[in-house]
Amino acid sequence: MLKIDISSLPLLYEKIASLYPLVLPIKKANEVNYDKYSNGAEVSLFTLKTNKSPKDMFFPQTEDLMKFKVDGQKIEIIDTRKEAQPFVVMGVKACDYKAFEVLDRVFLVDPIDTYYKTKREAGIIITLACDRPEESCFCKAFNIDASSPLGDITTWKVGDKLFWKANTQKGKDLTEKIKDLFTEGDEKTVEKAKQEITETISKLPFSNIDVNALSKDEMLDTFKSDKWSKLSEACLGCGTCTFVCPTCQCFDIREFNANDKIMRFRCWDSCMYKDFTKTAGGQPRPTQMQRFRQRFMHKLVYYPENNDGLYSCVGCGRCVKKCPSHLNIVKVIKAFGGEKK
Amino acid sequence: MQEKLESLMQELALKKIASGEVDRVLAWKKGESYFDVSPAIFKESFDGFTYNAFCGANLSKFLVEETKKEGKVLVFLKPCDTYSFNQLLSEHRINREKVYVVGIECQGKLDINKVYAKGIDGILDIEETDSELKIKTIYGDKTVKKDEVFSVKCETCKSKKLVVFDEKIVLNEMKDNKEKRFDIVEKLESMTEEERFAFWQAELSKCIRCNACRNVCPACTCTNCVFDNNKSGIAGKANADSFEEKLYHIIRAFHVAGRCTDCGECSRVCPQGIPLHLINRKIIKDMNTNYGEYQAGETVTPLNPIVDFKKDDVEANTVVGGKK
Repeated sequence: MLKIDISSLPLLYEKIASLYPLVLPIKKANEVNYDKYSNGAEVSLFTLKTNKSPKDMFFPQTEDLMKFKVDGQKIEIIDTRKEAQPFVVMGVKACDYKAFEVLDRVFLVDPIDTYYKTKREAGIIITLACDRPEESCFCKAFNIDASSPLGDITTWKVGDKLFWKANTQKGKDLTEKIKDLFTEGDEKTVEKAKQEITETISKLPFSNIDVNALSKDEMLDTFKSDKWSKLSEACLGCGTCTFVCPTCQCFDIREFNANDKIMRFRCWDSCMYKDFTKTAGGQPRPTQMQRFRQRFMHKLVYYPENNDGLYSCVGCGRCVKKCPSHLNIVKVIKAFGGEKK
Repeated sequence: MQEKLESLMQELALKKIASGEVDRVLAWKKGESYFDVSPAIFKESFDGFTYNAFCGANLSKFLVEETKKEGKVLVFLKPCDTYSFNQLLSEHRINREKVYVVGIECQGKLDINKVYAKGIDGILDIEETDSELKIKTIYGDKTVKKDEVFSVKCETCKSKKLVVFDEKIVLNEMKDNKEKRFDIVEKLESMTEEERFAFWQAELSKCIRCNACRNVCPACTCTNCVFDNNKSGIAGKANADSFEEKLYHIIRAFHVAGRCTDCGECSRVCPQGIPLHLINRKIIKDMNTNYGEYQAGETVTPLNPIVDFKKDDVEANTVVGGKK
């Protein structure tokens, strides 16, 4: 266990950034999101909830897939993939780290998504234990321990110090390169802090929700429930919940045509959108109620069914905070009886 | 005061349903906490019916779909929402005969994000008084003055006039502060071109193209938006480059020009805190300067300065940056 003064963190950022590109929560135009560090950036490492999750680092909102060059009858395919260079993501919370596992089970199974895989392998992840959870947090419902996230390196904020512990070889290698910035830290101090975090989390208002609520009945009964229409009535059909979500992984593939060159790219898609998975045969979910239901059935029923019971929600609470109409997964779970008395 | 208003509203709603005059009510519903309120339809049960300082949502747009259904709906509209209602009537998007409008008092709505910005989190409950919020959190009790946490759309209030209603429930005097309406626009105008570009570049580059601004906007009622239409050639689900993020917002601003009532819903819902209403407000200010004072939604009229040609209209090529 190592430690560093929080007042010395700018030196740490500079040091890491001199070795690898460094991504961490940065404040720009008043809002905090994961962004690439550069000298003078307004780092906001201890912001609990960035607007967007760090999933962008492995699954960006838009990503070039390939290029085509058209010359008369000939089409040349240009591979735009590059070898990903190692990079560091710092400040990842336990919920967002768990979300990478949810994404891995989609992108790293056959057929493996090479765009995702190269970035995932190149990433060195430094997690940060939560020290001040908010009322919208409910990671506990998914058995996620916000006081001890994993990752290549785990960090804890305790008082005016940041404690640092390498977990993997990648993490140990990075630590070795920057170790002169640290002093030896006391394991007991961190243990005490972890206990306090666990106690705080048990006081959060959503700590009592039971995520098994939707899957306790027959899947078809849940699907056909008349609760969905009331739950979704104020849904605007925007993509806010899906785009701030750390586990939403749906994308669309589109092409951009510039004369003789065609760029094929993918971009995040949202099951809330009316043209989502639209085919020549039409739109499989013509009403907003059906689209709304799809999102929660996917997260709480279909995904766990296919992934050994792992939910496709990590309780980060971003959708709770950001929905323009204040609809969210907690209300859905509670409507299906998911509240422990 | 809050409870009195809320109970009068519920009483009226129940009375109108009992008499058969309306068959449902569009209002706000309590969620998981005091500030967690959603637009909702009430029919048999009024469980969770609420009206408090966090009921910022403009209910007028929901009427586009509601008035396509059978029966009459009672709706509660705040003063600025009534402007949107009139504008939707002007555009024939709402069937007036199917709506019973109850104009209600509004002393400005609050933004929970501004409470968070004060370092107050872990909120368990809020008690609202006339001027304060008493907030109970897992980290201790806090008090916040309401006028420090006004929603962006209520920081400057253009009008507290209920421009349309069948009945109204107003217990206290409401004050606007329209003299401040264009302050920030003027500040942006006084910037150099480079500064202004940098400001908007920083703001708009946060956009995640979630379409919340468009979907909440009462002026955006196209059945199929050009940005959702694959045949339009400009449909996009993402900002492919930094130009595209501006394109989306600029096209939207021009499409609602002359019809935007400045209700501020776009800024209220933006998950990235982009002050989108300032783009519309700049256009409103320019219209006022070039074509004379005009407020969309003040009356029901098919004409607005953008579509109403007059011989003495300012020539487009003589206007630069909003100045003649």
